[in-house]
Amino acid sequence: MNKSMKTKRAVGNAITYATLVIISIIWLFPFVCLFLQSLRSYNEGGGGMVEYLLPKQFSLDSYIYLFSEESKFVRWYGNTLVIAFFVALFQTIVVLCVSYALSRMRFKGRTFLMKFWLILGMFPGFLTMICLYFLLKQFHLTQEGAIPGLILIAVASSGMGYYVVKGYFDTIPKALDEAARIDGASRARIFFTMIIPMSKPIIIYAALVAFMAPWCDYIFASYVAFGYSDSYNVAVAMQRWVWTNDYQGFFTRFCAGGILIAVPVTALFICLQKYYVEGVTGGAVKG
Amino acid sequence: MGKFFRGVGNDFKEIGLTFKEGDWKTRVSYLIMGFGPLMRKQFVRGIAFLAVELLYILYMAGFGWNYLKDIGTLGTVARVVNDNGTYSYNDNSFLILLYSILSIIITFGFLVVWRMNVKENRNEEMLLAEGKKLASGKQDLYSLLDSHFDKTLLAFPVLGIFVFTVLPILFMICIAFTNYDAKHQPPTSLFSWVGLENFKNLFSFGTTGLGPTFFVVLMWTLVWAFFATFLTYFLGMGVAIMINKKGIKFKKLWRTILVMTIAVPQFVSLLYVYKMFAADGLINSYLMKWGWISSAIPFWQDPTLAKITIIVVNLWIGIPYTMLITTGLLMNIPEDLYESARIDGANALQMFRSITLPYMLFVTGPFLLTQFTGNLNNFNVIYLLTQGGPLSMTLANKAGHTDLLVTWLYKMTVNDTNYRMAAVLGIMVFVVTAVISLVVYGMLPSVRDEEGFQ
Repeated sequence: MNKSMKTKRAVGNAITYATLVIISIIWLFPFVCLFLQSLRSYNEGGGGMVEYLLPKQFSLDSYIYLFSEESKFVRWYGNTLVIAFFVALFQTIVVLCVSYALSRMRFKGRTFLMKFWLILGMFPGFLTMICLYFLLKQFHLTQEGAIPGLILIAVASSGMGYYVVKGYFDTIPKALDEAARIDGASRARIFFTMIIPMSKPIIIYAALVAFMAPWCDYIFASYVAFGYSDSYNVAVAMQRWVWTNDYQGFFTRFCAGGILIAVPVTALFICLQKYYVEGVTGGAVKG
Repeated sequence: MGKFFRGVGNDFKEIGLTFKEGDWKTRVSYLIMGFGPLMRKQFVRGIAFLAVELLYILYMAGFGWNYLKDIGTLGTVARVVNDNGTYSYNDNSFLILLYSILSIIITFGFLVVWRMNVKENRNEEMLLAEGKKLASGKQDLYSLLDSHFDKTLLAFPVLGIFVFTVLPILFMICIAFTNYDAKHQPPTSLFSWVGLENFKNLFSFGTTGLGPTFFVVLMWTLVWAFFATFLTYFLGMGVAIMINKKGIKFKKLWRTILVMTIAVPQFVSLLYVYKMFAADGLINSYLMKWGWISSAIPFWQDPTLAKITIIVVNLWIGIPYTMLITTGLLMNIPEDLYESARIDGANALQMFRSITLPYMLFVTGPFLLTQFTGNLNNFNVIYLLTQGGPLSMTLANKAGHTDLLVTWLYKMTVNDTNYRMAAVLGIMVFVVTAVISLVVYGMLPSVRDEEGFQ
């Protein structure tokens, strides 16, 4: 390689590094701001928005408020955690069942079922909100019972999201199944002792995606909880803090709450990032 | 379609044939389901069929029929005033419609089971005639874990989707043909069928019609989906190319930084960004402090600026996602393609245009399509940032300048309880999504020519 090409490459790399650094700053900037403002003392701006970034006086006022008797934050956090845990658990089970049936078994109505679910997925979710609310109400799963209600709704319709997991199952050679069946193993046995242990990455992916979704659900969650604040999840409660007219008093509290939510979820996500990437890439290519 | 009718025709022929050729046990089974299997000692199947019939009769007699009989009118008397001034509620249109749909579907299901019952009888007779033994109850139950394992696996998911997705969607489709709105709220008043009136209203351009607003919102929905999809796609690919470039270090670090926006729940990050760009937010404050502007930039108040800001903020959300997906795919492109291009004297841009881009478009075609339809319904980004605002004086039904069809639908449902129009709008969203999906799917190179790049 001659010298001019070397300098050319060095310049190219320098530009790339510079761009990447700028991009990183843009991407991290809001999170840094969020963190800094969560540490601002009440003495400055009374916990509202101020026109500067660095707090003049650092304090944990907002965090202390969140854990105090005054606020139901701990309860909301618990609610969300419970929802996320059970949704992740049951949704993964449902998706695994559906994916195995559609990937490995050939039965009457299989293609009809797949096409039908594809069409169902094209209806906007909010369309059915009032009807779902009514159905939940019949089972007393609104207001006080909103938590199990939300879990039920999320799990009940999760069978339609089988694409990624089915795509993964499709890549496991069918010859393995055939061999096991010749040895006398039943379909159920193959599913539990062969396919599931082989699908660890995609199970982690499915569970991770299912676990993350409830943290963002505020529309349906607020509709189902309907004014019963004990049943709020964090998204509903904190979105109310920001959108009420006196959000000024709650701004740093929102920031503090946001940090408390974002840190564990993000940490979990970063740890399992490998599986996530595998899942989305596989899903995107197969469509 | 022809195939379907031929199938139904054959079905009827077989039902008739079974009756004609069947023994008396089979014939009784036409009325008392499961009678034949029970007489042939097929207890598991027989009891299952009989139970279905009994449950169906109990359901219809005790519950379903009370509602189904009023489906034509959706109720006549909402409530009556008692002598002591209290109300007693009578017909409830909501319940009548919902339970009627349920009853109709259950009836269809019952007919299917009845048909299975007829077929079961015929199969048993044929097997016995051939001198074979029928499956024992134990074998039947075992088959649910083996050859019929699909039924075990799918039973709960299908039931769940049926009750919590299919039933509500059918219900809302019906609502589009009624006058269910703020003035017709059960249980105090009734709603009734109005035919196509709501659809006419959506497409009428008169003073009260929603036509002009609908088309403005639809156009913005399409424009938004276009930019949100393709800008994030190309920029995300650009970032991925940069990170993958030879000689660039800390690849994992760059990726992890970007991935933060996927990991942090959107209501935290987007609500914060919304406040950052607000009139009293950080960005305006600093720009004013530095003397670059004299008054706050109306990021969320000006219609055009709000649209641009939304698309830009969406880049922040969307780029990491495309970056992740394209990273793996870019590494799949054979290196020798680039080598030979380099020898031919191609520069980086030429190589991108003639090697990278065609390959990526080919592989990610289906992904782009799902991204596009997903963006058509991207509720979170719009609602957390602007809630559809700024409000407009010219648009009807409180639609804002950045409202997508779905956010408008949501507002109609929650703020105005205008369910009739919300239902019509939901159907329109479905039509738009379905048409785009069908048309584009047929045009995708990876669908037309599966071997193309292999």
